[in-house]
Amino acid sequence: MAFNYDQYLRTDKMPTLWCWGCGDGIILKALIRAIDKLGWSMDDVCVVSGIGCSGRFSSYLDCNTVHTTHGRTVAYATGIKLANPDKHVIVVAGDGDGLAIGGNHTIHGCRRNIDINFILINNFIYGLTNSQVSPTTPKGMWAVTTQYGNVDPTFDACELAKGAGATFIARESVTDARKLEKMFIKGFEHRGFSFFDVFSNCHVNLGRKNKMGEAIQNQEWIDSITMPLKKWEKLSDEEKKAYFPTGILYHDDSQMEYCDAYDLVIEAAQNKKKVDIPIEVKSR
Amino acid sequence: MAREVISSGNELAALAAIDAGCKFFGGYPITPSSEVAHELSVLLPRVGGKFIQMEDEIGGICVALGASMSGVKSMTNTSGPGMSLKAEQIGLGFIAEVPLVITNVMRGGPSTGLPTRVQQGDINQSKSPTHGDYKSITFCAGNLSECYTEVVRAFNVAEELMTPVIVLLDETIGHMVGKAVLPDLEEVKANLVERAKPDPNVPKNEFLPYDVPEDKPAVIPPFFQGYHFHITGLHHGPTGFPTEDAVLCQNLIERLHRKINSRRKDLLDSYEEYLLDDAEYLVLCYGSVSLAAREAIDRLRAEGKKIGMFRPITLWPSPEEKIAELAQRFPADKILMPELNMGQYIDEVERIMKQRPVSLNKANGRPISPAEIIAKLKEMGI
Repeated sequence: MAFNYDQYLRTDKMPTLWCWGCGDGIILKALIRAIDKLGWSMDDVCVVSGIGCSGRFSSYLDCNTVHTTHGRTVAYATGIKLANPDKHVIVVAGDGDGLAIGGNHTIHGCRRNIDINFILINNFIYGLTNSQVSPTTPKGMWAVTTQYGNVDPTFDACELAKGAGATFIARESVTDARKLEKMFIKGFEHRGFSFFDVFSNCHVNLGRKNKMGEAIQNQEWIDSITMPLKKWEKLSDEEKKAYFPTGILYHDDSQMEYCDAYDLVIEAAQNKKKVDIPIEVKSR
Repeated sequence: MAREVISSGNELAALAAIDAGCKFFGGYPITPSSEVAHELSVLLPRVGGKFIQMEDEIGGICVALGASMSGVKSMTNTSGPGMSLKAEQIGLGFIAEVPLVITNVMRGGPSTGLPTRVQQGDINQSKSPTHGDYKSITFCAGNLSECYTEVVRAFNVAEELMTPVIVLLDETIGHMVGKAVLPDLEEVKANLVERAKPDPNVPKNEFLPYDVPEDKPAVIPPFFQGYHFHITGLHHGPTGFPTEDAVLCQNLIERLHRKINSRRKDLLDSYEEYLLDDAEYLVLCYGSVSLAAREAIDRLRAEGKKIGMFRPITLWPSPEEKIAELAQRFPADKILMPELNMGQYIDEVERIMKQRPVSLNKANGRPISPAEIIAKLKEMGI
């Protein structure tokens, strides 16, 4: 029997506003399939998005949805999760939203290890607003705000998340929807901050001026800059620089989740004592 | 039974939040407001609530708005620079109709200004705390007791009108320690306003949070109860989903004004009149300046001078009829407006009175003293 996506979608909002061939639809599909596999009720799911093409994600999913201001997704989601610790909170944000204007909230969401599923749709450009440079736009590429070529170094979002303390970090791309789905399932099951760096194609606003061809050629470009972790690890340090490793890059189940940690505060406050955890100068 | 406590303005604001049913606080430390957060970090977990110090001022309001839209009474707290940083999110609270109490303990500005000293510099800002068109509500505490009562009232009004409400304290009143008389706790609890719930006869999948009459607030149920609605900072119609429809966009902004304007007289107007009955001179002031004004008036009364005070507690929207009525009784040259700024509220008073009172301004971080008010009134011929 064909998979029924409609039960998870606001079908009256279809078709989406995304361009033909946009990778965002593949991410939406993988996300829905992951929710279905896990058997989550959409009554218990809240999807929070920011500004940009990815901002529309929230309006297409038939659950509790919030379309916040630019860059603030993780902060809003932290309030929703902390007030409702037993519910599922999924954040969808672009590379500009999550790494530039909202970078601070992303870092501290990771650090707190609050059980939020953060999907970074990384298409290497500001798409919705027509091709401005983002923190992941490759050096040397054209953007409408770097018309002589981008000289800004790029972020490796997963390294950022790792340094900040996220306890589940994975990267996949829209070129393999099955792998995406599996990654989401693993990350959603993880209790703690799950960081997904999902490479997506923007053949319109990244591809066109950089002469990268259509959607398919852009996806081929993504394949050319990614490599499964196991294979990547065997490369020399010099060779590693040309590729982003994919798969589950980091998974640590030993760290306490933030809502659970705050329960200790409540317990301490109600018993008029200090939380019973050792002083720790370096958490990870 | 009314309660007598010895406390500071900032601590009373925190206590008020707890008594008003607040269960969530998000914020960032900033002088001279931090004691509100200190106190709530102790009090909230005791009642099973959540306190979080965020990574910045913006995060502090976002997290509180997130908790509030999911159904929990929430608060944030700050001082001038923090208000400037929170500005964009206050706008989301206005347009998406998310209740929130924001206490702003005013300090010297602009910019970093005078962090440990007093100013009433954020009066204009609290009328227009963010870009766009909307109606803002601001209460201003004039004594210790009001640091409590106005925060409780702000929670009630925020829930009733589904909007952020600003409560202004200032450095003087926030850090002042003294006796305060608080209303009976049972009475406070009995009068708490809870957020309106959807009509149970409407099936959950047909419920539209913003499909309300033209002067009414949205009805936003807590998340995770089967209502799959959408909250956005974009213009939206009755469904809550983004729209650029000319009529729906106009209706939305008009409703944001109407829902507040229509409740100004019965819900929002509040002020204090002191010794006005036979007064020939009037001091019109608000906030901590009123403490000095009261002292000045008492001293002048002891000399037999006929003088009184009018003190708006709700600054925005202003109590227009009352201010207009005062203009009928007092000529402008017999009204003194002392303000700890270069004359922010006097513009609003002049707009209503159609005459400009005499002003006494100070913006150097020092309070206005009773002696200065008396000297100015003597200059005016009292």
